[in-house]
Amino acid sequence: MTDNTNPEFAVDESTDDPTTDDMVTGTDVSESVTSSGATMQRDTVVSAENVSVWYNDDRALRDITLDIPEKQVTAMIGPSGCGKSTFLRCINRMNDMIDAARVEGDLYLRTKNVYDDDVDPVALRRRVGMVFQTPNPFPKSIYDNVAYGLKIQNKNGDYDRIVEESLKRAALWDEVSDQLDQSGLELSGGQQQRLCIARAIAPDPEVILMDEPASALDPVATSQIEDLITELAEEYTVVIVTHNMQQAARISNKTAVFLTGGELVEFDDTEKIFENPESQRVEDYITGKFG
Amino acid sequence: MSTDDLTEDLTRRTENAPQELLTRSFFFLCAVLSIVTTISIIVLLTTEAAKFFSATAPLMGVEGPTASAVDFFTGTEWIINNEQFGVLPLVSATLAITVGSAVVALPLGVATAIYLSEYASPRAQSVLKPALEVLAGVPTVVYGFFAVVYITPALRTLIPGLGTFNMLSASIVVGIMIIPMVASISEDAMSAVPDSLRQAGYGMGATKFDVSVGIVVPAALSGIFSSFILALSRAIGETMAVTVAAGSQANLINPLNPVDYLEGALPMTAAMVNLLTGDVTGGGVAYRSLFAIGLTLFFITLVMNIISDLVAQRYREES
Ligand SMILES: Nc1ncnc2c1ncn2[C@@H]1O[C@H](COP(=O)(O)OP(=O)(O)OP(=O)(O)O)[C@@H](O)[C@H]1O
Ligand SMILES: [Mg+2]
Repeated sequence: MTDNTNPEFAVDESTDDPTTDDMVTGTDVSESVTSSGATMQRDTVVSAENVSVWYNDDRALRDITLDIPEKQVTAMIGPSGCGKSTFLRCINRMNDMIDAARVEGDLYLRTKNVYDDDVDPVALRRRVGMVFQTPNPFPKSIYDNVAYGLKIQNKNGDYDRIVEESLKRAALWDEVSDQLDQSGLELSGGQQQRLCIARAIAPDPEVILMDEPASALDPVATSQIEDLITELAEEYTVVIVTHNMQQAARISNKTAVFLTGGELVEFDDTEKIFENPESQRVEDYITGKFG
Repeated sequence: MSTDDLTEDLTRRTENAPQELLTRSFFFLCAVLSIVTTISIIVLLTTEAAKFFSATAPLMGVEGPTASAVDFFTGTEWIINNEQFGVLPLVSATLAITVGSAVVALPLGVATAIYLSEYASPRAQSVLKPALEVLAGVPTVVYGFFAVVYITPALRTLIPGLGTFNMLSASIVVGIMIIPMVASISEDAMSAVPDSLRQAGYGMGATKFDVSVGIVVPAALSGIFSSFILALSRAIGETMAVTVAAGSQANLINPLNPVDYLEGALPMTAAMVNLLTGDVTGGGVAYRSLFAIGLTLFFITLVMNIISDLVAQRYREES
């Protein structure tokens, strides 16, 4: 396993697909994009090289190249339809399920190109969890929702403890600890989204993708989710798509700005993007003049 | 527009215009027709059955031979010529057809539904769905011949000495007959499961199998159960296929003992057909036994429907 293994979550991984084991051996220490003077040395977890996506003949992403650093929050912002969700789905190959979608270029999870023929998308998605825009708990009990990833992966371990840990980490434990048998659908929208986050972290993935995880929630639930994301970044690499500029500024370490046409216009430290962006277009977008 | 005009315009009673009244009464009559038919059938069944039983026949002003209700419901022999009217062998055969066809149709029907809803490409769907519809449209008497001409000989290669008419091939053929019903209703239920749940599953690294069996099927369970009950009600009431394939020997069999399926037997519906097509005279006790069987069958189906409603309700509440 890699260095972000949380000892509390140590579970037997013997059932893992062998192809994915070499998918992550060795770490690629690269310099993350230099920003306003400070150079940070962090492992790159996800690295895109000239990734382009077409839906039939329409190009949704143009030659995206960026490195996502480990245990940080990387935000993707940009106007509607600029390809943020499309890029997120490239990372865990959820685009495979859209018949019209075609991906070109290379996308590495650490050292392994996830678009290599020998990569099993199922194994990839066990390392790259996802939280969706609309909360989508299974019509099962709260416990079974959180334990789902462990069950399908046949992981050994103390499920009760992992479920509890995950719910605690998702700041939901106090509210549901005495009703774990209740259906996940009976929770409020904000609780459901935290349940989905608990479900995503329970099998201990390396990367968590979040596509506008708070956009369906009220301000209180939103700020809970934001606090949670900040905490998650201590253990996990988080990539989050958001429409909310203040949210990106508040919680992310790095920000990627996509603009219409599927271009990545700027990618840098969040502070730099919001205080002193290189590109006029980004400045216009951030100050609300465009987009 | 003057106030009067406005008042008149707003107070026209389109609801009671002659045209409206006419169409409304027409639709009402159509709806009532089915209720009237149902009630007449129940009345017919009950009054004719009442003439059959010794206890109630005098009330109906019927003279001549009758049968005891106790003998009817507990008797294990159905021999018309001896005036032995024990309905249990017939009930046992009907239950055997139900159990046997369920064993065939429920797993295959659900598997077909899973394939259609989760695995099949649009092209495969465009071939399979019409094929299922054709299967559902074949006249049931044809299924009966199919059992006698193909299924029984095929089974004989495994079970030498199997009689021409046997419950095994009758059950199998009724099972095949109701697969389309299980498959299409279950498939509708599975297709109605929101895609966001599948996305959630795949996003967790679930395989197609995990998603189909672990997420979609449980979420569609109430619809799947409805398909079971509807299909089994159809199996219970199925007539022509079993009349042709099951034989006419009213053996008392155990629906839960596979060996008993090697015999022929006489399901309730087939017994009724035999009575109608045989030389029983109108007005005789054998003729009236027809209605006693009919009433019993009616109650069995009614109970099934009530149970299915309760089950469906429970699952709807849970999910
Ligand atoms: N399944 C699909 N089939 C065809 N085209 C698609 C599909 N999904 C997205 N697109 C197209 O790709 C482009 C990028 O879409 P995407 O959903 O990635 O944008 P987005 O940045 O996430 O937008 P939003 O902020 O509104 O969620 C859009 O032009 C969209 O029409
Ligand atoms: Mg989007």
